[in-house]
Amino acid sequence: MTPTTSSVLGKDLLGLEHLSAEQINVILDTAGPLKEISERAIKKVPTLRGATVVNLFFEASTRTRISFEFAEKRMSADTVNVAASGSSISKGETLVDTARNLEAMRIDMVVIRHHASGAAKFLAERIESNVINAGDGTHEHPTQGLLDLLTLRDKLGDLRGKRICICGDVLHSRVARSNIWGLTKLGAEVAVCGPRSLLPNAIGEMGVQVFDRIEQAIEWADALNVLRLQLERMQAGYIPSLREYNRVFGVTRERLERAPRDILILHPGPMNRGVEIDSDVADGPHSVILDQVTNGVAVRMAVLYLLAGNKPTLATAARGDA
Amino acid sequence: MPPTSSIVLSAKALERTVSRMADEIIEQNDGAEGLILVGIQRRGVQIAARIAAVIKAREDVTVPLGALDITLYRDDLQTVGPRPVVGRTNLPCDLEGQRVVIVDDVLFTGRTIRAALDELADFGRPSRVGLAVLIDRGGRELPIQPGVVGKHVEVPAGGRVDVFITELDGRDEVVLNVTEHA
Repeated sequence: MTPTTSSVLGKDLLGLEHLSAEQINVILDTAGPLKEISERAIKKVPTLRGATVVNLFFEASTRTRISFEFAEKRMSADTVNVAASGSSISKGETLVDTARNLEAMRIDMVVIRHHASGAAKFLAERIESNVINAGDGTHEHPTQGLLDLLTLRDKLGDLRGKRICICGDVLHSRVARSNIWGLTKLGAEVAVCGPRSLLPNAIGEMGVQVFDRIEQAIEWADALNVLRLQLERMQAGYIPSLREYNRVFGVTRERLERAPRDILILHPGPMNRGVEIDSDVADGPHSVILDQVTNGVAVRMAVLYLLAGNKPTLATAARGDA
Repeated sequence: MPPTSSIVLSAKALERTVSRMADEIIEQNDGAEGLILVGIQRRGVQIAARIAAVIKAREDVTVPLGALDITLYRDDLQTVGPRPVVGRTNLPCDLEGQRVVIVDDVLFTGRTIRAALDELADFGRPSRVGLAVLIDRGGRELPIQPGVVGKHVEVPAGGRVDVFITELDGRDEVVLNVTEHA
């Protein structure tokens, strides 16, 4: 009579858009107890012994790749890291050819980060291995969304009716998209705040409020998820200057002191201190930024555990039209 | 033949059984000093807590209690389908050199205990590991032998022993269900 999870994930984790609230809760409920493993003297369980995971990174990443690698190793999987530079990818090999060559070496799972939106889905439909999206273009970054949800749930409890504002460059952010899908599915109220030039035109259709001033967001929210302002946005003319951005949208201690309630500050990293977030906020009592990093490993362990062994014939069927 | 259901232990009998198990643990370990009780999730945890309460009453020693969730150490995770729910592991102190008694509700194939021994080894090297089970229903698939048994139960083919514990199930009872006849 072993109790089993109420909902299965399927073969791949491509985004939060197509998951149910129940599936998301199964992942978060599984991640909770897995946190304890990272506190042990021997930080390892034998669950994925014999499974081979390839971390296929077409885009630079430090935090996410290391977090996945820790998660894989703590579950006893064998891991191989493939980076775009210095591999045959830089010689012009296609994504599918790369993945099929890896599969011919009998791998079980692929964690993929790619600059093109939809790359993870494209791959998932063409290989039999489980595919985990570690960020595809401006589409989704589901494990980041999940670790944000876990951090918020740990601190705020049930997220129904809780108010979360995502601040900054929502237009280019896959983190924002995964957050909006995940938060709305769990019943939170979601808002965005940032310069209009960095918000998608159709943002209202995702069911979120828009704040033009950070002070309004701080007054409204239980938590702010402050996005990284990518510095190339300034060269591209989306914002006049970093100083100007900090003056209008920067999360500063002075602004937080006026918050009517306790407010949590999240940031997916890497931070631009003094641009979207000030140092005394990042290191201050409201910040849960390092909790996010700790939770990231647990959430990825949970996803690996829940996906491992799920190999429906769907992938085989889709192979024909590849 | 219709399914049958019979009571193996009533609430009162379960209480007596648990208190005898506590006595046997004290006897086998020559007291309760340096003992740690580790219950297996779920129900093993609650039974361990009851044994600890009896030991406290008898010996005036507070035995540290731990909980072990063996899900991630199972040997059948390769099977397709919904994953088993992962529960919490929580050990109260360093196990190095301590005498650990694993507590579980039903001992059957022995595979859970195999997993528990592997998991305990990741936390340190106890001087001794014992096993106390409320019900031993036979049918071992691995060479595992309990040191303390609450009750032996003969289970016919197609039978199942269900342990109900007030903390989780609202009542204390052990029931033998036979759903099909060989």
